Amino acid sequence: MTKGWTLYDPRLAWMLVAPVLLLLVVFLLLPIAMMAVYTFFTFVTAGVEESTLTLANWREFLTDSYYHGFLLKTLRVGAMTAVICGVLGYFPAYFIWATSFKHKWMLLLLLIVPFWISFTIRTFSWINILGEQGVINVALLRMGIIDEPLRMLYTEFAVIVGLVHFLLPYMILNVYVSLESIDRTLIAAARSMGCTGAQAFREVTLPLSLPGLAAGLLLCFVLAAGSYVTPQLLGSGRDALFGNLIYDTIMGQLNWPMGATLSIVLFVVLGIFAAIYTRYMGMSQIVKGLGG
Amino acid sequence: MSQRMGNREGRWAWRLTGFMTLLVYIFMFAPIAATVVLSFNSSMFGGFPMTGFSLQWYGKLLGNEQVLAAFRTSLWIALMTAVVTTAIGIVSAFALTRFEFPGKQALSTLVILPALVPETILGVGLLVLIKAVDQPRTLMLLVLGHILLAVPYVVLVAQARMVGIRRVYEEAALSLGASRFSTFREVTLPLLIPAVVAGALLAFTISFDNTSASLFWRPAGVETMPTQILSMLKISISPEINALGTVMIVMTVGIPLIGGLILQSLTKLRKRREPKEEF
Repeated sequence: MTKGWTLYDPRLAWMLVAPVLLLLVVFLLLPIAMMAVYTFFTFVTAGVEESTLTLANWREFLTDSYYHGFLLKTLRVGAMTAVICGVLGYFPAYFIWATSFKHKWMLLLLLIVPFWISFTIRTFSWINILGEQGVINVALLRMGIIDEPLRMLYTEFAVIVGLVHFLLPYMILNVYVSLESIDRTLIAAARSMGCTGAQAFREVTLPLSLPGLAAGLLLCFVLAAGSYVTPQLLGSGRDALFGNLIYDTIMGQLNWPMGATLSIVLFVVLGIFAAIYTRYMGMSQIVKGLGG
Repeated sequence: MSQRMGNREGRWAWRLTGFMTLLVYIFMFAPIAATVVLSFNSSMFGGFPMTGFSLQWYGKLLGNEQVLAAFRTSLWIALMTAVVTTAIGIVSAFALTRFEFPGKQALSTLVILPALVPETILGVGLLVLIKAVDQPRTLMLLVLGHILLAVPYVVLVAQARMVGIRRVYEEAALSLGASRFSTFREVTLPLLIPAVVAGALLAFTISFDNTSASLFWRPAGVETMPTQILSMLKISISPEINALGTVMIVMTVGIPLIGGLILQSLTKLRKRREPKEEF
């Protein structure tokens, strides 16, 4: 079969990647292309549309401030989540990297364990913390600090807490991977040249760990802005994000052309952020972060 | 003097870092701990305070036919996903690390896209496509969708491992007359076993855990474990859900942990048998 083929023949490579390539084309590229076409279809009634081309869906999206509000809120929640993850995530990443603790693999393992626990379960478990009968309210009531339960669940605060909880491990691992690639002699060199620990951190460690931080921020932002389950479980109707809007438009109103339009909008908007990021940082850091 | 000041500052900064790390770990695990504790609560309501110890919610869970059906569905889908994704992911990673071919860079980027594009968009896209070609939603479609979602992770894990395996081993086997296929089976694959196991476990958990995309893709009337939990949560927060959550946590954390331990002891055994190699 390999007669006349070179050792690392491109033809063999194409045969090896064929199944994955086929899957990506049929289940990723074609659907997105089809969705783009659907945005120009005419909505007739629930579940029915015509292939008569129209700009009505785009006009509706561009002129209706209802959609703009959703988009802005989604981007705001995504950005807040990413920044909080960055601030909270840097400390453990730095601690695990710098500690002389013998069993630091355990600290790393504990960060990976949440990836194994069902995301739905991790999300709803916040109801047991933030709810009226949750840990915080029951404890504060018992201690007599408050007279009636605080309303924390079904607010934007709860949605952001849930998203941060889901995305923090991504951030910590990204920053940790980038800290781990720093040549430690650089820090020793800075110290021997008279830098204080704080200066060495500010001038050497922090700048060199920024690629990981940037990759973490992008990942957290994109995944938060595209979320559906968290706002559904922890937010009220008012805290719904763009993903919920898309779901309701398609599964509730059965307005497929509008749902496709909204999906393409979210895809393009998040794609722009990802493109700006790769323009400056390249893809390699994201690959490292995802591959653990 | 300034040196000592620096040291004191450094100590405080280090303490603050340690304290924040502790807080983050508490933040990560407190809700999970609360869920596990509450699953043993004898109260009718799924919340604090604890009124007594009880296993009744686990008993009730065992008798819940809907939950058991969803569990079987998810298990079946996740197994299929793990097997297929590992197989096609490993050979792709092999091609992407060992070969040079036009379009390789583009393909490497394309492969990780399913991990970056929000599931809602992937979900809608596939639905629009099958609506356009007038196909029904089937279990097969759901499995293929899950494979798409798991492929990036399997490929990345396998690539990371493959980069560390020097190709001279394979080339030695080839030059000694082994066929390409037997070289892959006898040399590459055994060296890749850790990536195969890690990839398969990852693909399994990604599928078993998938919620958003499954809501779009599942055939009418079919519930997977996560969608079942979502529909139970719509009705009320019953202690039964906490019990279900605990069972799932024990399963999904226990299986990879045991897998990892077995793998570790296997490599230890092998190391003991073979002389250590140094490069």
